[in-house]
Amino acid sequence: MATREELVDALAGFTLFGDLTRPQLTSVVHLMEEVLFAEGERVLRQGLTGSGFFVVLDGEASVVVDGTERAKLTRGDFFGEASILLGQPPIADVVALRPLQCLVLPGPQLEQFLIANPRVLYRMLQAQTRRLQSAQRFRS
Amino acid sequence: MTVGVPGQPFPAGAYPVVVIGSGPGGLQVSHALAEVGIDHAVISQDPSPGGMFRRWPFFQRLLSWTKPHAPVERGTRAYERYDWNSLLTMRASAQALQPTFMDGSSYFPSRPEMEANLAAFTERARIAVRYGCTWTGTRVEERAGATTFVVETSDGEYRCRVLVLAVGVAEPHVPDAPGIELAHHYGEVKPAEAYAGKRVLILGKQNSGFELASGLLPWARQIVLSSPSPASLSVDTRSLVGVRARYVQPYEDHVLGGGVSVLNAATGSIEQLPDGVLRAHLHRSDGGGDLVIDADAIIAATGFTAPLLDLPRLGCQVFGASRLPVQTPWWESATLPGVFFAGTLGQGARGLRKHGIPSNSGAVHGARYNARVLARRLAENRFGMGIHRPVVEPETLIDFLSSEIADAPELFHQRAYLARVISVDPAGGLRDDGVQPLAHAVDAGGPNAIFVTLEADGSGAIYPVLYTRIDGAVNEHPLEPDPLLRYDTAETRGAIASVVGPLLKASGISPPAS
Repeated sequence: MATREELVDALAGFTLFGDLTRPQLTSVVHLMEEVLFAEGERVLRQGLTGSGFFVVLDGEASVVVDGTERAKLTRGDFFGEASILLGQPPIADVVALRPLQCLVLPGPQLEQFLIANPRVLYRMLQAQTRRLQSAQRFRS
Repeated sequence: MTVGVPGQPFPAGAYPVVVIGSGPGGLQVSHALAEVGIDHAVISQDPSPGGMFRRWPFFQRLLSWTKPHAPVERGTRAYERYDWNSLLTMRASAQALQPTFMDGSSYFPSRPEMEANLAAFTERARIAVRYGCTWTGTRVEERAGATTFVVETSDGEYRCRVLVLAVGVAEPHVPDAPGIELAHHYGEVKPAEAYAGKRVLILGKQNSGFELASGLLPWARQIVLSSPSPASLSVDTRSLVGVRARYVQPYEDHVLGGGVSVLNAATGSIEQLPDGVLRAHLHRSDGGGDLVIDADAIIAATGFTAPLLDLPRLGCQVFGASRLPVQTPWWESATLPGVFFAGTLGQGARGLRKHGIPSNSGAVHGARYNARVLARRLAENRFGMGIHRPVVEPETLIDFLSSEIADAPELFHQRAYLARVISVDPAGGLRDDGVQPLAHAVDAGGPNAIFVTLEADGSGAIYPVLYTRIDGAVNEHPLEPDPLLRYDTAETRGAIASVVGPLLKASGISPPAS
């Protein structure tokens, strides 16, 4: 459990939110909801609609596709945006490996949030481009 | 030694289950436990039943409706959709009590009407509570692999294996900011006329903030509502998320320039000027410059937290601004097994929260069903009591699912949260496993099964969703929404049949003749 001030401090250190002013970060903390998932709990469910956009504050999670772990997520990572942007169910499970503290934004609010925060949108685009680049390197 | 008022039930001692709280959550879970035959004690620090409704909402009118005249007959299961405030019982004399206490002036009961409803339910459902018994601390004793909770109270010590907390989310929460002590909390607001001709700054733009603003419109000279994120309105989110329609008037005054201002700003600090005026320094979060607001009164409508006393120290992990306990789908502490939550505390079991829409566990009309599901779960898993799982004939399955979609109040009020589960019995045939948390049904694995619920996606539609579990794989099958919510139809039954067919085939059960 963190105070709102501590959450603002945490977000300020994440690349995704690195360009926001402190009042803007406070607004993000108020808009998103802090949640804590117990060890082993599913956060995203492969194939099920209606999920959200998550930012990891603390803990560790596993990205699992058809039962195989593909990646791990830790503090500062974010997930869930791809299925929201594409309007499709997630293609992976995300499972908490230990208690996982996140901020979550409901899927239907992501578009408006990104339009209202273009610097976050730009940082997200950078991160997605990096992911794409490393996936292409992996393939070649 | 037993202390307390002579003749009170439940003297200190050992009980299989101890329930703390006598608001709607405590009353409902106690009655649900009694209905499945689990012996338990109920203790409460209050002098009478009702919990928060003994005092709040501040302006004495609820946010949750009860329609005395509904499309279905009062007292039926289907009527529960229209009556959000009565507690649940199989005892006919205690069913649908709220409409009998309403005077016709509003379909939102007044606070005294709700309190009367809860008191009558307590009496007619014969719920015993030890009042005036204050929970002061908790110990955990481990002996021979078994955990015993020792509940310390003003009337002595209670020992139990299962502790159910229904103490609400009632502790005022005040955010950190220099000078915030100059503000008073929602819970300390004075009578409305005390604000006549005053300038009032309300910190917080959720229902409680807008409720105060609505009530102060005829009195205050100026009202400013401020919080960092924009106001969210339920008519925009098409859900119970956001400010309810009843409290939107101040927002309209704001957009029409009528003496109310709604700001997106973080509170920097508050100071008192020599003339007694309160000055708030606000930092706008929408890109504008800083603001200085002078007010005669500042009210922090900044929410409430869960009064869990020493449980976090014992390992009960909490999260979020309301410090809700982290829970399993069955409302058990995820980190302190044996401690369960009823009433509004059950919000900590978030469920799938599909499309960002929360359960209604924070309100009576959601939590009352959780209590029933919890009681059944405790009976089966904690007390080894056989729970009747009726056989469902394949020929009746489609009609049964269709009628549940059309009428079941659990699925209507707890959308994407509670589901009716029909599973394939390893011994053959189909069994009705009752209403369960959808998160459990989806995540826990098990035999082939079908579970049905209602869902909403924020577009305004409410539609049935069927989930099948075949060889461990769970798939969802949303049905087309009907604008009049008519789901007991040939069209719905046809859609259900197309989902049920493959499940029965995969389970070696002959599908019903079409």
